[in-house]
Amino acid sequence: MALLEIDSVTVRFGGLVALREVAFDVDEGQFISVIGPNGAGKTTLFNAIAGVIKPSSGRIRFQGREVQGSNPSHMSHLGVRRTFQVARPFASMTVRDNVRLAAAGRHVLQTARALGLRGRVRPLADRVDGLLETTGLTADARRKASELNIGGLRRLEIARALASEPKVLLLDEPAAGIGVDGLRPLAELIRGVHQRGLTVLLVEHYVGFALSLSDQVIVLDEGAIIAHGTPEHVRNDERVIAAYLGKAGGGQGDRPPAVPTGPDAPGER
Amino acid sequence: MSYMIVVGVTVVIYAILTVSLNIVVGYVGQPNLAQSAFFGIGAYFAAVFSTQHHTSFWLTIPLAFATAGIAGLVLGAISLRLREDFLAITTIGLNFVIVAVFQYVPFFGGAVGIYAIPLPSIAGHQFGNNAFLTVGLIMLAFVMAVSKYLEHTWFGASLTAIRDDQTAASSVGVPVASYKVIAFTLSAAFAGMAGSLYAPFLSAVTPTSFGFIESVIVLAMLIFGGLGTIRGAVLGAFILGALPEAFRFISNYRLLTFGAILVLMLRFQPVGLVGEGSVLVKLTRRATEELRRRRRKGTFDPPATAV
Repeated sequence: MALLEIDSVTVRFGGLVALREVAFDVDEGQFISVIGPNGAGKTTLFNAIAGVIKPSSGRIRFQGREVQGSNPSHMSHLGVRRTFQVARPFASMTVRDNVRLAAAGRHVLQTARALGLRGRVRPLADRVDGLLETTGLTADARRKASELNIGGLRRLEIARALASEPKVLLLDEPAAGIGVDGLRPLAELIRGVHQRGLTVLLVEHYVGFALSLSDQVIVLDEGAIIAHGTPEHVRNDERVIAAYLGKAGGGQGDRPPAVPTGPDAPGER
Repeated sequence: MSYMIVVGVTVVIYAILTVSLNIVVGYVGQPNLAQSAFFGIGAYFAAVFSTQHHTSFWLTIPLAFATAGIAGLVLGAISLRLREDFLAITTIGLNFVIVAVFQYVPFFGGAVGIYAIPLPSIAGHQFGNNAFLTVGLIMLAFVMAVSKYLEHTWFGASLTAIRDDQTAASSVGVPVASYKVIAFTLSAAFAGMAGSLYAPFLSAVTPTSFGFIESVIVLAMLIFGGLGTIRGAVLGAFILGALPEAFRFISNYRLLTFGAILVLMLRFQPVGLVGEGSVLVKLTRRATEELRRRRRKGTFDPPATAV
């Protein structure tokens, strides 16, 4: 049984069909990237999985249980954690407190526990310190989250999503706005997290970044899956090239870039 | 002297209202322009029970706390799903509705309100103004202590997270909707508790005392002092509460003065007088640091006397 099953999910916003019968499985330990042009429905797919929006039809199963139309807080406690395309830090809190709250698990879910003092949870503090170390935020731990630069905010997003030992990590365009220099360390961070056994679902506008990391790629266009396979397979798929370039075929060099280089890097927008 | 104490009780009651309002507006960042209505619910229930059922003052305190809390729970559950701007308007509406209920429901004495609320007594002695002030200060200390405690809990951190970013808060597992309602309920209950002191202190309650304007005044005090901090809430209530008494002319133009202060404050110091990051707080911090540095320096490195 797959860890996460997306079963012909359709999402409509009024007359607009944002997702059209999207179906795929995510197995434990997999790294799947979802790519596609702007407006392809990538973020909508994420929002449906994270419980932010309810699919108009279709089912989403996590560990065999139907979870479509649940809420983000519940999905988070089940072990589906996400980052946001535009960083959403708790700006008035310190970096450490951001991660600490995200790591608190039942301490924030159950009101009775939530009324306990924050200072008294030792194992939690150790885990938070470890996470700050992994994500390279140790030096910034005591600073307010609002003082972080874009790279730091990206790391904080990931640290926060990892804080409660999730089963699935949903990364929504983690490379957006980070600049070429930040790309390699970010890729290292994400790869490292995956290698420790975490299942990762990555939505990325920037194709090369996604292809270099994942073992499976799903290509969305106008709300439907047009290709699904290994990065190698997807890179050579006629329909994918057409979706990106707006025409069939195309000579060499028109393909989506394989390696994050030059002015193609995210941050272009 | 006695007059000063009367002013003192009024100011302390205002402070209980600002500190309790701070839980919703300061910690959770949700606008609430109905705080004086919850204050009124507490005052009215205390008044009705002490006049008609001869309930002891000491019992009307938890009663007022509970009734205002229940009202906050129900009304909060209905309205708190709204976005901030709509919520602000909804709470204004709630305030008017609650006042209308006081005015038209016979149980609450109609437009004339409830009179001849008996003075509380302790150990056989009737309350004087000093006793009112003492009980008020104890209530204020209680509300401040609970607020302070909340700041250090997971619940308190969750509220801050909701204020900073509601969507992100739910993504890390904070049950946003229910925590908002809990905070709102607690805030309303504390305001109601203040009402149980107010009713016997004035010995009468009338619907007009709990109008929308009063809610605005309480919010203005909180913003003036410093949203999100207990010290700001208390200071705002003390300064703006005592100002009209200290300067007669302000009393005549109270709303005008408050309005002007609020506009100036929001323009030049939106965090309030002693809110987090205000000029005053920064100056104080810098001064204490400087003092500490000098003292430390002094012990190790006495200044050279001759060159």
